[in-house]
Amino acid sequence: MDSLFIMLLFVLILAIFLGFELINKVPSTLHTPLMSGANAISGITIVGAILSSGSDSVLLTTILGTGAVFFATINVVGGYLVTNRMLGMFKKK
Amino acid sequence: MNMFFQSELFVNLSYILASILFIFGLKMLSSPETAQRGNLISALGMLLAIIVTLMGNNIISYQWLAIALIAGAIVGASAASFVKMTTMPELVALFNGFGGIASLLVGSAEFLNITSSLNVIALTAVFLTVLIGGVTFTGSLLAFGKLSEIINGKPFLYFGQRAVLTIFIFLSFILGIEIVVDSGLLGISRFYLLVFLTITALILGVLLTAPIGGADMPVIIALLNSYSGVAAAAAGFVINNNVLIVAGSLVGASGLILTNIMCKAMNRSLMNVLFGGFGAVSSSEGNKSGEIQGEVKPINTSDAYLILEAANSVLFVPGYGMAVSQAQHSVRELGELLEENGCEVNYGIHPVAGRMPGHMNVLLAEANVSYDLLVEPDDVNPIMDTVDVCVVIGANDVVNPDARENEGSPIYGMPVIEVDRAKTVFILKRSMASGFAGIDNPLFLKENSRMLFGDAKESISTLVSEFKS
Repeated sequence: MDSLFIMLLFVLILAIFLGFELINKVPSTLHTPLMSGANAISGITIVGAILSSGSDSVLLTTILGTGAVFFATINVVGGYLVTNRMLGMFKKK
Repeated sequence: MNMFFQSELFVNLSYILASILFIFGLKMLSSPETAQRGNLISALGMLLAIIVTLMGNNIISYQWLAIALIAGAIVGASAASFVKMTTMPELVALFNGFGGIASLLVGSAEFLNITSSLNVIALTAVFLTVLIGGVTFTGSLLAFGKLSEIINGKPFLYFGQRAVLTIFIFLSFILGIEIVVDSGLLGISRFYLLVFLTITALILGVLLTAPIGGADMPVIIALLNSYSGVAAAAAGFVINNNVLIVAGSLVGASGLILTNIMCKAMNRSLMNVLFGGFGAVSSSEGNKSGEIQGEVKPINTSDAYLILEAANSVLFVPGYGMAVSQAQHSVRELGELLEENGCEVNYGIHPVAGRMPGHMNVLLAEANVSYDLLVEPDDVNPIMDTVDVCVVIGANDVVNPDARENEGSPIYGMPVIEVDRAKTVFILKRSMASGFAGIDNPLFLKENSRMLFGDAKESISTLVSEFKS
């Protein structure tokens, strides 16, 4: 259990640093799409939601998991589509 | 073969690939040329993660899952397709809140699942997931309410605000510790512990967002965006899942960077934004300076046309007022007519103009303004003396000269677009009411300022027709 935790912590720390490096130089023109695109990525919690909803364990877990799937799907589908729609408007003439 | 696609190994390899796609997607989002492709790549990563999870061995019943997936997809897709660009800040806030509640539910579902035995670390992660997810949810809903003006956008301040906040934070940690150590000292069952923690987190979200006023919305939206990522990463620790941790951390970090940029653009610390209640306090302070003298000089559209017609360079400076009156299309039309007239046209955009980071850029992009014409304060301020006409459209605090000249002003030190240094400034405004921060703006009284009263869209459209005639 400890080694698993350390591995997850390792991944967490590296990913945070990577995140700071990746986003550091974003022009303000793209702030909104960046935010809504990142927001769509935070819908990754859908993976956890699917596991809770579909594992057929306890009724309460299935119910809560199914609710999570619903909200996370709105977040993911809506987030990516709206970002795509916004970015489609950014044109250079 | 079928076995392999369902194996732990294949699923985890796919998660790694999904993480790589997220990283590339985010990277490409930082340049206008590649941004749209970047978003698609990131979406591809998400699709991959979802599909392999659905195919995995752990999924036994698909019935509810399918209903929730389809219903969520329909709701999300229709919201994204039908929303107007001016209401984008609200929608982003709402989606963000849904991400938060989803993480909260995942944490709760695993906590209440007696078949899974959670260790101390996983239980701590449950606590953090529920707490941050809950704060994100109600915080985002309140931000949505304020932005869509269902709720009054003014900062809500009350006596003992910090004390109340401290009590609730303290309470949440007591519940959190009990969830982890399960000492039984509180005499509450696991289920009710979770219920109380959820309620506390939901109240905290409201308490944290209520004191934030309209002009500070870009900061709080960026911060809530960061929270939703942190909640997802915490959920990753509950279910021991790397892809949640990677994606969640990336979002958490990017949200934090945006928050920082927004704070810098207002010359304030995050603490000050969160607890300062800027708009409510400053209205009384602002009047003390009292030295502002001069008179407001109105101008009509025919005179404004003559000046614009003779100008060699024009800078449009939009603010939230442009979004309110939906003037962006008329502005673009006027900009094109000016360019045909041999005039150099640019758009000066302050990072916190509007209600979310980059709000003005999205509106102007929607109106087909080429993005290379959108310039930041640092690029435009040095050449401000050469600008013939600045057209300020519904912006106020971000062009306030007090930020440079009046040390007593609450916004002193904030980087602004120094429009008063241009040869002539047109200010399109509905009335003489002050901006969201509630501070007087001496710009309106400057020698080179001309007020063009009325609805911004109507005024600009009139100018457009003057040009055409």
